[in-house]
Amino acid sequence: MNVLELAVADSKYIAPDIREIVLRRISAGQQEVLPSYIPGSHIVIECGGRANAYSLTGSGDSPEEYRISVQLRPDGRGGSSAVHRFRHGERVKVSGPRSAFPPVATARRHLLIAGGIGITPILSHLRAAAAWGREAELLYSFRPGHAAHLEDIRALCGSSPSLFLMEFTERKAFRTGLAEALRRQPLGTHLHVCGPLGFMDSVIAEARSACWPESRLHLEAFGAADLDPGKPFTAHLARTGRSVDVPSGTSLLEALENSGVPVPNLCRQGVCGECRIPVSKGRPEHRDLYLSESDKAANTTIMCCVSRSHEPHLELEL
Amino acid sequence: MNTALPATLDHRLARFPFPFPEDAYRYSANVEPALTTVATPAGSWGDKLIEIDGDYRAELAERDAILRRDPSRLALLDHMRPAAWDALLTVLETLASEYPEDMEFSRAGRACRWNNRLLGEEWEFTVGDDSSLPGGPLGFLSSQVQEDIVLLDQREDALWLDGGVVTFAADWSMGFDVGMRFLEVHGPVPRIREEEIITRAQQFLMRLQPGQDYRRSNWTMTVGRRLDTSIETYPEWGPDRTSVADDPALPARLHLRVEVQHLVRLPRSGALMFLVRTHLASLEELATVPAWRERLGKVLAELPEDMADYKGISRYRHAASRWLLGA
Ligand code: HEM
Ligand code: FES
Repeated sequence: MNVLELAVADSKYIAPDIREIVLRRISAGQQEVLPSYIPGSHIVIECGGRANAYSLTGSGDSPEEYRISVQLRPDGRGGSSAVHRFRHGERVKVSGPRSAFPPVATARRHLLIAGGIGITPILSHLRAAAAWGREAELLYSFRPGHAAHLEDIRALCGSSPSLFLMEFTERKAFRTGLAEALRRQPLGTHLHVCGPLGFMDSVIAEARSACWPESRLHLEAFGAADLDPGKPFTAHLARTGRSVDVPSGTSLLEALENSGVPVPNLCRQGVCGECRIPVSKGRPEHRDLYLSESDKAANTTIMCCVSRSHEPHLELEL
Repeated sequence: MNTALPATLDHRLARFPFPFPEDAYRYSANVEPALTTVATPAGSWGDKLIEIDGDYRAELAERDAILRRDPSRLALLDHMRPAAWDALLTVLETLASEYPEDMEFSRAGRACRWNNRLLGEEWEFTVGDDSSLPGGPLGFLSSQVQEDIVLLDQREDALWLDGGVVTFAADWSMGFDVGMRFLEVHGPVPRIREEEIITRAQQFLMRLQPGQDYRRSNWTMTVGRRLDTSIETYPEWGPDRTSVADDPALPARLHLRVEVQHLVRLPRSGALMFLVRTHLASLEELATVPAWRERLGKVLAELPEDMADYKGISRYRHAASRWLLGA
């Protein structure tokens, strides 16, 4: 995955517990523009030994900066406290933008629903909708005085005749507003929702009960597009008697290559079938698209570019 | 057989993406990361996403003529307009970075400036304003690169061929395929459904992220240096398939046709861009590289009948193989 090294160029509190961070390239100049991104994308920031995903809030078209808005969680989950401690000028390692919550190009209309900090990917959708003149309606639910980006959103919706905004600060009013909004959409509307899990669940449940088909319901599932880095394990090479450590975030294929054991490969994505290796002991954690279900159940082969081990040790016929 | 070749031909062979790593060819999900250089006995290829060569102007002129005669080679469903703009921006940016001497792109907000010194053209246009470029974003893009361009939308857990400009199709039709699913597009291809190659390929493509560009190659054979072998013009080239079989001029007439196909997740719209760059080399030309002559001869002899039939090479492939292996 491509990693960018960026600097914290600016930051401010946009709600009592939400800090907006602006990331830019370290050396401005020719290469100033950052990679574009699909609306609703996230970046993964490494900090304090953890990697966390944050939604980008711009439209994604040739951005000069990446903006994220991070809520401080009292329990420190999500690495939010580390991000809140970022200093100006600090260098940050960021994965290139990943898309797992894209708009639907064929949608006749977009019903966007945000709960609290869930506004971040939704704002990105809203900006892209404004840029392309797409029809969109936003239902934004937040605690009074704690709404991030409210001024931006009001200005965007005020400037475009095809964008509509409804604000909610009470649960009951939101429920009623949602039920009405779900029933008034024209056929061909797609719903995108982001917010706390319970919030998303209740929105989806309400949409189902209003007979929305599953194919029109989309919720932000962070990082669904990534394979997780996986647990570390040791590969034992039965024929040569060697052992190769495979750390988290390194593939078995990379680990073998790094220790001078070449393996034929092509796609490095678990699809082409080139990197198949026989397994003599242990249970592979199959993550490829190549092996059939019965191949996988037999546990006698592994596609080493993506798959790992369920247990700390795996023995290979190498 | 090591006859001296004209310089243009040397160039063509030097960049020729000879597609056979082994003496037998079968379909597979042969995708690999883009931009890895491949060394060949005649030179190397693969270090660029967009390949401009000595035939640049000629091929662009040919595409222009084809599009004038038959505008159905360009198709774009309405919802793909943002994808077409994204394709244009992405490819122009790529050209500017891969050919900095000849190409220049700059942008301020929606206003863009494009300078193509190879064509001696300079353009100013506005992102999202289709009338600011001749042919709109997609038509214009096809006037700047030798690649055919296909745009796929991703929705309902599938990829849909919803737009593109394809003037150099290898026996298929853009106008016919537009609006189809990826799996339907591949319906006529033997073996790949049973072998689950194409469903796996689709799953892989649906997970591709911007910046992770991939490529694959595909091949068939064509009589004459003819790029336009689409279904629409079949009456013009179909009969050659029979006449070439016992023509003594077969080695000069018959060409190996290799497509280098790039797979790019467009970074703004999320559409998938499929670029097809077609290379042709006659058997006579290929035979100047002994390793290629022998390899192609063996592949043609061994190819299973159903694959040869699908590729439309059954009538002459054994004659071609005999010449390559015996000459
Ligand atoms: C994503 C963009 C792609 C598009 C738009 C596309 C389109 C096509 C089309 C139009 C054909 C001709 C079908 C016909 O006879 O009507 C074809 C053939 C084929 N495609 Fe694809 N394709 C794509 C990607 C792939 C990938 C990733 C694979 C990998 C397995 C693949 C494998 C094949 C094969 C094996 C054939 C048969 C070629 C031959 O023997 O000449 N395609 N494709
Ligand atoms: S390298 Fe392609 S499946 Fe592993």
